[in-house]
Amino acid sequence: MRSFTYSRAGSAAEAVGRAAAGTAFVAGGTNLLDLMKADVLRPEGLVDISRLPLDRIEETAEGGLRLGALARNADTAYDERVQTRYPMLSKAILAGASAQLRNMATNGGNLLQRTRCYYFYDTATPCNKRQPGSGCGAIGGVNRIHAILGASDQCIAVHPSDLCVALAALEAVVRVTGPDGERSIPFAELHRLPGDRPEIDTVLRPGDLVTAIDLPARGFAEHSTYLKIRDRASYAFALVSVAAGLEMDGDTVRDARLALGGVAHKPWRDPEAEAALIGKPATPDRFRAAARVLLRDAKGHEHNSFKIELAERAIVRALTEAAERKGASRP
Amino acid sequence: MAPLKASLRPAPAPPPAPIPVTLNVNGVERTLHLAPWTTLLDALRLHLDLTGTKKGCDHGQCGACTVLVDGRRINSCLTLAAMQDGRKVTTIEGLTTGDALHPLQEAFIEHDAFQCGYCTPGQICSAAGLIAEGKATTDDEIRELMSGNLCRCGAYPNIVAAIRQAMATVAPKAEGAP
Repeated sequence: MRSFTYSRAGSAAEAVGRAAAGTAFVAGGTNLLDLMKADVLRPEGLVDISRLPLDRIEETAEGGLRLGALARNADTAYDERVQTRYPMLSKAILAGASAQLRNMATNGGNLLQRTRCYYFYDTATPCNKRQPGSGCGAIGGVNRIHAILGASDQCIAVHPSDLCVALAALEAVVRVTGPDGERSIPFAELHRLPGDRPEIDTVLRPGDLVTAIDLPARGFAEHSTYLKIRDRASYAFALVSVAAGLEMDGDTVRDARLALGGVAHKPWRDPEAEAALIGKPATPDRFRAAARVLLRDAKGHEHNSFKIELAERAIVRALTEAAERKGASRP
Repeated sequence: MAPLKASLRPAPAPPPAPIPVTLNVNGVERTLHLAPWTTLLDALRLHLDLTGTKKGCDHGQCGACTVLVDGRRINSCLTLAAMQDGRKVTTIEGLTTGDALHPLQEAFIEHDAFQCGYCTPGQICSAAGLIAEGKATTDDEIRELMSGNLCRCGAYPNIVAAIRQAMATVAPKAEGAP
């Protein structure tokens, strides 16, 4: 790693005050230190926020749960309230990384992890996300793991998180404090599409600190699942993942949430695809029709066109599982 | 582009002052003065001569560097020693009681759960963390929750057998838990 300075923040306000150009917050460190070793990120200073009192999981006045930004992924996934009321979230977290990494990684850090695009990691190749204007190695290169939705001619990277896909489906709210005070960001607005500024992953501004993630009361616990398709059975990033939550009235879908991972620069939701499910019987044909709505603009590259059919089948399977599921299951 | 003459280069910034870091390692309080970028793994191996913990990939992918911090298993390559100041660290050297091996160490020998042995300290520390967590009951769950520890010799079936045996004798209580 390159030389940097290290300091520990005693409060959130102190952390925000110390944020300067070239400075990064560190909490779990699992993604940041990895990228610093790879020389992809070169902060001049780290502000350690890991001991701030933001690690609680608490009830909200609205009947939901507030997940502290510094609660560890493992503690969140195994929290009894999360397992019972938001089983798709617990399942999504446990589908990601390894037990060691989940013990280290924080919820806030998980939101802000960077893409696993090979070209982003390899400093010998061009990458508009790492070095704006240098070009995209993945377009015309090896692009098996890349985006089929929402990509641009500058960047076809995907967001690697599992947790975020479930948070998108649950319509979580991200709470942030920063130089301009506190604000709340609906989950769908946190991550952005690459467009012509692929170096910017989120709408967060310099000095912003994620303090918590609020889960609304509705957790779709009765009928939900998280399905992750990957190259090996464990400890691999998603080729395609699906968070599905349904509210059922007999065999009819009363409400639906559907979010995909591994397919875009952000967790992918499509209101039209969800609308195509509501009021309809829970049958594979209806699920397939909704999948085709969601994938109507999907575009493959040389090595990843398989993801389009994979995503369609994964959506049908996840919705079928969710429709059948009764009560929270053990992940 | 021609290289800049040495005299035209900006003077390098002076290196940051070493940071005092106190770790309780295997029950012994140790204070070190470390560069900020010293990982916990490098602090253990290079500054405390505890070379039982291995450096495999150094990127959190292989699990060879697994140790227990306050009783929880983590990858020591992906955390800075300074971030763990004041915490209790248990390495493979700390699992024994005097000359008596830990039940996991006994079980790994009994089941021939290694060939070259390089991943073994990480496997055993990870398994100690797994038992403390108390989430795994079946072989499939052991495999899933040990997926962060790679074994290039492919001793996986014997590793699972060794962990299953040790689980029967070790209560779910964290090694070095506060």
